[in-house]
Amino acid sequence: MATIVVDGVEFEVDEGQNLLHACLSQGLELPYFCWHPSLGSVGACRQCAVIQYADADDTRGRLTMACMTPAKDGTRISIQTETAKQFRASVIEWLMENHPHDCPVCEEGGECHLQDMTVMTGHTQRRYRGRKRTFENQYLGPFLNHEMNRCITCYRCVRFYNDYAGGTDLQVFGSRDRMYFGRTTDGVLENEFSGNLIEVCPTGVFTDKPFSESYTRKWDLSSAPSICAGCAVGCNTFVSERYGRLKRVHNRYHGELNGYFLCDRGRFGAGFVNSTDRIEHVGERVEDDFFDVLDVEVGIAKLAEMIRQGDVVGIGSPRASLETNVALKTLVGEAQFCTGMSSAEESLVDLIIQTQRATSADIPSLSDVESADAVLILGEDVLNTAPRVALALRQTVRNRALNLAGEAGIPQWQDAGVSSHAQGRLNPLFIASVLPSGIDDIAADLLHDVPLNLADCGFAIAACIGEATGSEPDFVRKAAAALRSAQNPLIVSGTSTRTRAIVEAAGAVVAALESAGKVPRLLLVAPEANSFGSGLIGGGLDMNTALQRVASGSTKTLIVAENDIFRRAERERVEQALCTVENLVVLDSLDTPTASLAGLVFPAATFAESTGTFVNYETRAQRFYCVFEPRHEIAPSWRWLAQAATDAGRDDLGWTHVDDVLEAVAASPNMAGVRAVAPDAGYLGSSLCKTPRETPRFSGRTAMNANVNIHEPKTSVDEETPLSFSMEGLNRDQPSALLPFVWAPGWNSNQSVFKFQQEVGGAAAGGDPGVRLLASGSIGTMPARSASVRSDRGGVDTGFRLIPVQAIFGSDELSSRSPPVVERSSAAFMIFSPMDAERLGATQGMGVSCSVLGATFAVTVDAAMKSGYVGVSVGFTGAEGELPDGLIGLAVDPNYRPTPNPHDRVIARG
Amino acid sequence: MISQLVSLWKVFLHLFASNETVQYPSKKKWWWSKPTKVMPYLAPRYRGRIILTRDPDGEERCVACNLCAVVCPVDCIALQKTEDENGRWYPEFFRINFSRCIMCGMCEEACPTYAIQLTPDFEICEYDRNNLVYEKEHLLINGVGKYPDYSFWQVAGKTIFGKNKGEAQNESPPEDVRSLLP
Ligand code: SF4
Ligand code: SF4
Ligand code: SF4
Ligand code: SF4
Ligand code: FES
Repeated sequence: MATIVVDGVEFEVDEGQNLLHACLSQGLELPYFCWHPSLGSVGACRQCAVIQYADADDTRGRLTMACMTPAKDGTRISIQTETAKQFRASVIEWLMENHPHDCPVCEEGGECHLQDMTVMTGHTQRRYRGRKRTFENQYLGPFLNHEMNRCITCYRCVRFYNDYAGGTDLQVFGSRDRMYFGRTTDGVLENEFSGNLIEVCPTGVFTDKPFSESYTRKWDLSSAPSICAGCAVGCNTFVSERYGRLKRVHNRYHGELNGYFLCDRGRFGAGFVNSTDRIEHVGERVEDDFFDVLDVEVGIAKLAEMIRQGDVVGIGSPRASLETNVALKTLVGEAQFCTGMSSAEESLVDLIIQTQRATSADIPSLSDVESADAVLILGEDVLNTAPRVALALRQTVRNRALNLAGEAGIPQWQDAGVSSHAQGRLNPLFIASVLPSGIDDIAADLLHDVPLNLADCGFAIAACIGEATGSEPDFVRKAAAALRSAQNPLIVSGTSTRTRAIVEAAGAVVAALESAGKVPRLLLVAPEANSFGSGLIGGGLDMNTALQRVASGSTKTLIVAENDIFRRAERERVEQALCTVENLVVLDSLDTPTASLAGLVFPAATFAESTGTFVNYETRAQRFYCVFEPRHEIAPSWRWLAQAATDAGRDDLGWTHVDDVLEAVAASPNMAGVRAVAPDAGYLGSSLCKTPRETPRFSGRTAMNANVNIHEPKTSVDEETPLSFSMEGLNRDQPSALLPFVWAPGWNSNQSVFKFQQEVGGAAAGGDPGVRLLASGSIGTMPARSASVRSDRGGVDTGFRLIPVQAIFGSDELSSRSPPVVERSSAAFMIFSPMDAERLGATQGMGVSCSVLGATFAVTVDAAMKSGYVGVSVGFTGAEGELPDGLIGLAVDPNYRPTPNPHDRVIARG
Repeated sequence: MISQLVSLWKVFLHLFASNETVQYPSKKKWWWSKPTKVMPYLAPRYRGRIILTRDPDGEERCVACNLCAVVCPVDCIALQKTEDENGRWYPEFFRINFSRCIMCGMCEEACPTYAIQLTPDFEICEYDRNNLVYEKEHLLINGVGKYPDYSFWQVAGKTIFGKNKGEAQNESPPEDVRSLLP
């Protein structure tokens, strides 16, 4: 702790911080641009100038940059003195010399840090009469707009994109006042985290393209705290709407999880909510693919009748909330309930839960991940399955520089000093994976092999940690040595290769580290937003047994909640089951192949229109809140089920509010913690009102609906949540799980997030949201290595063995129906080894057809692929479900024409 | 004392002054004559019925920036931004609920493009409130209104059809960022 004096007032601050950080944490208003809590200080913008005095007698002082000055004990500064104020005002004036003055047509307007800082410094009159320098813009792909004239050269974009996220295709060009931030040529920004530029750039240079298409000012958005449904990380988001349309997803700061950054799947993958494929009415199938709209009551009565007749099997979903899953499980009973994961996936998720329970190794949050000092990734392509983890791992590796700087007495925020002192030294990251991935550039060593060999490698590392024989392969020896000598070793693995042995091997490495006296951490990734929730709820039937049972004809009714079964098992198996069952009832938000076979469909609400709970990879239960009321008859799945069950005379599903369902969830095993995730619907903030979803400046209330009804409707009362559909109330002091947007007087941009943190860059005010459901710690036994059946590799004549390959854009079901993600993802592909490709007569860009999968795939050749094996893009057309075992024949498809890549089109400049 | 008498005298004289108040909508010259319609003089900056105007080039001025909507004290303006294929912003719909409008003129003051203007037309009464909801087609006129010369797009730096980077007022041609000249 240090005492500093600011304008004559003493403050207790953290010595390790710079003055800007310290002042902002104390609630003082000091303008800045280039400093970012996660990117450190570079002193590029000169906006945070203050006057620093040598001692109490010094009256002149000298001008310093607060962000480049340590908050040493006894520092005396002035923010308010006239010289400092004038200097800051002239800095803004210089920055604005070339500014295009187009706030009215700028997507940043109204939440622009440059606007805020201009107002804060008091620069109101333009004096410069010269000409403005201008730049051409670039086409940057489906996610981002580029408007270079608005740039103030703070360098935040390249520091985030290159240093923090490891991108390579965004650079700074030019000299003097001609600095240009862009790509060498027009083209898609390739990094998986490019969307963060929207929030990192303090001006309107990089803006959200899909949001811009139906743009709404921040003050007109009504928003709610939400959880990303893109993967098992469960990043916290703000989801915003207007006119009943989902407009955008922004990052919601979570100190332990996503911090300031999301991945592009999460940010741009929510567009499916606005899809024209949404199911909006209760429907009854009259003939193939043709549905009649039913009255809601009639639909419910039909479902109630089916429930009354009994013999119901229920299939839940790892992409549906805990509430929906528990509702269905309660309705059909444990023995008739299937979690909705594929059999392979479910057994892996169970294995993960068993492993996490048995080891005393903690499941790391992402901030824990960043504090590790040696990492082994075993068989999981995290950049494509849990992207935000990959970004955290990049920091883990880079943080070596912070440790070295700490030893050398260089302050942690001194960005340039820290990185030049480190001289490129990194924390060791060992990646054993099937194929090269986007984070290979930071790995200390790599191993590419087929899944079972990767598992072997894991076991070998475990053995080598115990006792090295000296005859191990290089990779194994180095990885074992690095993990052994680390303070905080971290093991990362997961389900994406569908290989039990890999997860077991990860567990073995952790166990070996534990017996070597280390305190390792174990991060195991599952595929979907609520995979862990589904795993913890569990069901009496696994997918294959459930389908078998249905196909055998012994089941009258099959209820599927928010799941496309074709993605969960092989096609024939599913078709057989779905066509045999007498009544197929599907509740879903989007039209899926399963829904189109249903006899009865109910429109289910998405995460944006309902309130519920997801459990992420840390087993952290997190609540998402409905942003807007669903249109037409759309309702949360649990509500349909509860109503029908009540109609059928059941008394154990008499729920009217989501809080009632939550009680039922909390009563199930492992789930007691869910009650504490967020306050119930009755919670009122310090203003004795619900927390408003609308900003205090929400406009157009008396005109929005005037074309429909001149009498303004009464604001609908939200009985489900502690949030209201109005601007009444205060967005202040509530638990962090209830934060619908960030805004503070004078701070209209997202930089105001620091007003909602305990200290700048620290935990969210009121504590980071979410409750962990599982305490790890030696419960049960560590799963032993199962006997895995070694199968021979395939070949051109015998057929190939298929290995699932994940893609950030395209493998996930829901996000791959969001238009910008569709534009960014490729066609379904297969990855061959060069030898196999040659023998097959296929080259990059050709197509191969697979009769078993019934689809054609684009050929990709990768030297890391092992001969006899083929990587298949799972989740893409033709490979939606589990891949078949065995040897699969492939042949070049002469009729294949590659779909033109939309990114080859270069939009006219401007 | 004197000043009081002067005041009384002045008040007395006002008995014979002509009326400032105009009998609206019609007035009889003499008690026996027929009423004739009266239209008082209204200054151009009178705050009556709101219009949306066009640029000197004939295109819509409104850029759908939402400033008028947010400044409106009764929140009676609602609109949605969209853009043409060249990036020019314009409102997809623009709605004013005149049954709520208090003719305060704040929208006109806030508008950065002079698109929204109040006019000296105050005769917009309706029997049915629904008819007081004006959409863009009712608001948009084929003219520039009070500010004949101003064109926002010639000032702002964003590119639109017919105006590239470097062609707005006070702009120099786009930089060649590959140049290494100091
Ligand atoms: S970057 Fe900010 S200041 Fe610049 S035009 Fe956009 S809103 Fe205005
Ligand atoms: S583009 Fe944005 S982030 Fe990058 S230097 Fe310019 S203002 Fe800063
Ligand atoms: S990492 Fe996963 S949870 Fe986070 S934003 Fe990306 S898809 Fe969403
Ligand atoms: S302020 Fe002017 S330009 Fe902006 S939306 Fe209103 S009328 Fe259009
Ligand atoms: S914030 Fe200190 S110089 Fe930019």
